[in-house]
Amino acid sequence: MKSLKRFFTRLFNSAARRAQEERLREEIAEHIALQTAENLRAGLSPIEARRQAMLKFGGVEGMKQDYRAERGLPWIENLLLDLRFALRMLCKSPGFTAVAVVTLAVTIGANSVVFGVLNALILRPLNVPNAHSLYAIERGPDMAVNHSYPDYRDLRDRNRSFENLAAYNVTGVGLDTGHNPSSAWILETTGNYFDALGIEPYLGRFFHASDEHGPNSAPYIVLTYAYWHAHFQDDRGVVGRVVQLNKHPFTILGVAPPEFRGTLLIVFPDFWVPLVNQEQVEGENVLEARGNRGLLMVLGHLKAGVTPAQAVADLNSVGSYLEKTYPKDDGHMTFTLARPGLAGDWLGTPMRAFLTGLMLLAGLILLAACANLGSLFAARAADRSREVAVRLALGSGPMRILRQLFTEAVLVSLIGGAVGLWGSVQLLHGLSVWQPLPTAPLQVPVTPDANVYAVALLLSLASGFLFGAVPVRQVLHTDPYQVIKSGSTSKMGRRISIRDLLLVVQIAICAVLVTSSLVAVRGLVRSLHSTFGFEPRNAMLVETALSMAGYSADTVPAMQKRMIEALEAIPGVKSVGLVDRLPLYYGANSTHVFTDKTADLLPANAAAQPVIYNISPEYFDAAQTTLLGGRTFTWHDDRNAPPVAVVNREFAGKIFGSATNAIGGYFKRHDGTRIQVVGIVEDGKYGSLAEDSQPAMFLPILQSPSNQMCLVVRSNGDSQQLAKAIKSTVQDLDAGLPFNLVSWNKELESALFPSRMATLSLGVLGAMGALLSMTGIFGMAAYSVSKRKRELGIRMALGAQPKEVLRAALGRAVKLLTFGSAAGLLLGILASRVLASIVYQATPRDPLVLAGVVLAMSLLGLLATWIPAQRALSIDPMILLREE
Amino acid sequence: MKQKTDVLQGTLALMVLKTLDVLGPLHGYGIARRIEQISGDLLAVNQGTLYPVLLKLEQEGAIDSEWGASENNRRARFYQLTKDGRKQLQAETQDWQQTAAIIGRFFEVKPEDLS
Repeated sequence: MKSLKRFFTRLFNSAARRAQEERLREEIAEHIALQTAENLRAGLSPIEARRQAMLKFGGVEGMKQDYRAERGLPWIENLLLDLRFALRMLCKSPGFTAVAVVTLAVTIGANSVVFGVLNALILRPLNVPNAHSLYAIERGPDMAVNHSYPDYRDLRDRNRSFENLAAYNVTGVGLDTGHNPSSAWILETTGNYFDALGIEPYLGRFFHASDEHGPNSAPYIVLTYAYWHAHFQDDRGVVGRVVQLNKHPFTILGVAPPEFRGTLLIVFPDFWVPLVNQEQVEGENVLEARGNRGLLMVLGHLKAGVTPAQAVADLNSVGSYLEKTYPKDDGHMTFTLARPGLAGDWLGTPMRAFLTGLMLLAGLILLAACANLGSLFAARAADRSREVAVRLALGSGPMRILRQLFTEAVLVSLIGGAVGLWGSVQLLHGLSVWQPLPTAPLQVPVTPDANVYAVALLLSLASGFLFGAVPVRQVLHTDPYQVIKSGSTSKMGRRISIRDLLLVVQIAICAVLVTSSLVAVRGLVRSLHSTFGFEPRNAMLVETALSMAGYSADTVPAMQKRMIEALEAIPGVKSVGLVDRLPLYYGANSTHVFTDKTADLLPANAAAQPVIYNISPEYFDAAQTTLLGGRTFTWHDDRNAPPVAVVNREFAGKIFGSATNAIGGYFKRHDGTRIQVVGIVEDGKYGSLAEDSQPAMFLPILQSPSNQMCLVVRSNGDSQQLAKAIKSTVQDLDAGLPFNLVSWNKELESALFPSRMATLSLGVLGAMGALLSMTGIFGMAAYSVSKRKRELGIRMALGAQPKEVLRAALGRAVKLLTFGSAAGLLLGILASRVLASIVYQATPRDPLVLAGVVLAMSLLGLLATWIPAQRALSIDPMILLREE
Repeated sequence: MKQKTDVLQGTLALMVLKTLDVLGPLHGYGIARRIEQISGDLLAVNQGTLYPVLLKLEQEGAIDSEWGASENNRRARFYQLTKDGRKQLQAETQDWQQTAAIIGRFFEVKPEDLS
């Protein structure tokens, strides 16, 4: 209480300084007068009486200082003084200030953007109650996130560690609310989904476990708030309404709260539907197939007091039970826990690695900027050495001067940080509403929160202190006598100074960035020109699922054949092929296969795990996949014909040893079916562009039907015209079938999306790094030339040739540049290993990349030293020597 | 250095409070004279150090001050104890006596007392 009162009094006094000063002066005068009077009475002469009185009172100025310190809050007053002075100094050199502020704004902005994304996707948990105890379950050594429904059910009912386990799946459906059937993205979930997560409805009610009574027993829909808002105009009467989902009546039960958008951070579904209705939703019910692992992801809250390790042990014991009980379907049932939100570690691991790497690079950029500004500040401090010397000579303590310097640095960094933060917040808001892929419900919800602001503030303060600290030693060692006598502390010594070291570090960082962005760009270019195993140019895609229009298993094949024939009839179309899932999109299905001799069809005995595509006879033709040997399918490869397959070269090598052995050979699927290989095709890319060669097998659509379909329409004509014709043809066949029509090239962009983003962000960071090191080298070279003007002038007067002058003026800068670049190149090569996981064929051991880095760095050096070199050469020794 | 002035300030503050308690309102010079009379050396030089202490006490609310007329009929600032100041004085007197007693006992200790 007492100290608080004192604080406020002092704060008030800081404001009302004048009146107080007057009072003290009067009191001192009175005190001395009284003492003098006393001394006079004691018999001293008037002069001596006053002298004694003064002596007794002691040092007036020192006392006044104490008095002032006691009265006000000196640190606040000094801070204000320092701030005012710093502002004045900064306004006096607007160029310097602008450079510093812009540098900081850009680098701190970049850091907050990267941190914003990192924060939203990695650090921030899912928006559900008690998110810290929510875990996703992953299976096996590959950390697979997908489980089969029977396995899920056993895990749910037999574990003792989770409060409840829910499962969900992402899929697309057709929705008809009375007019204009459209496709929508949904999460198919188990009945206990909302209860397990602890979400309360915004409107109406959710479905529960008690609503599930076998297949198709729960035709219910729960809408997301966003979809309700956009498609039902916030109509509260929507609850209870019956809509057509894939031509089946479904009842809208309720609306989820706005902040809950499903359990995948970057996939925003439109609504939720119970998984028991899988047959109506996906066209077939595979829930009871234990070996069928679609995309069912499992998550749940741990019970209070159960550690993740205990839960894993518990799950593993259920797993070993499953292995024993279902040896045919369940091999290697060990489990791990992962953070939900990014499909466990499937997306999480690469995303984490990439974002951490990016954060590191952004941090390096900030460090480089600090190094840059540090040397600028040091140069400034050197130029101000006279001022500093005078202040020191007048009795100012070094701490006082350092505080002034730090105030200036922190002020600059705070201004820069504020500008940068503003920009990054704009960018993050933009990113949040951006839909990178037109046909997928992908969004990157990276709205900044308090963490982002705090980090930006922290970074600003830290960088302010960092680059403010660079000139400290220099200032502390200022000898006022020497400085004032000789004019300046121009000791451009041969010794390696901190400034040089900073520059080398900075150039190295820049070289790292340039190397990694070049590696990424090269990888991207190469991935665009690599063989995919298909030709995306001049092909249109019709993507749909016949289940969306209510086709059943018996009517699907006929409809597919009709569609193919109708599209082939369009003038300009060369061929039309059907595939159930497009390669490089949404991943691929895979299955275990066995050699013909294997008797015990356990997962552990599998010879390979190829991806499967179900295709129509003309698919290879339409996709332009090269047939290496044998034949493709015909429409006679149906259920009545013996099962056949076309495999890729990798598959043939793995199972049969070579392509020639494969044709006519047999292999087995896990249900024991013997399949004969009739053809071999080239290898392609199936899961991602960055993958190594994978085995793949193609089955005839009539032997292995699928209502999920993508028609590849190969033509050589105008795609605009063709698109119109395709659209009307499909609509003529069935007006109630929602479908996407897109060119294959366009669709491929989604596969390239991760590497594009990686390349873009690395490119931006690389450009920033390049710019920073250029200004750094420029600053250093310009400063060194201006400091050594006189020396250079004398050299020229003594007959030095331009070459020698340049060597003297810039040799050091060039040496530093070379050294830093070499170090950076080495580090960059090491750092590129991380890149290889995201960018296709990102290898730094590429002569083009190495040459590119060397070229880029020398170009930077040339640009940065050009002006200082000109300045050094234009020195006129006569003028210079006369001047000094 | 710092500590020494702190101790000095602390004792000085206590002396100021006691002086005002005994003698009633006084101006700065008066306080300095009394303290000098009683303590001898402490304020023989550097009487000025008294003023920051007076200010501190005033800002803490232990004393307050107003303008009045001095002996030679000039304007002077008179300080007097407040209610808070009286309480503070009591508390600090007790503290001092306790501390002094303890330290005193330590100085009187002989080796045989501890065996």
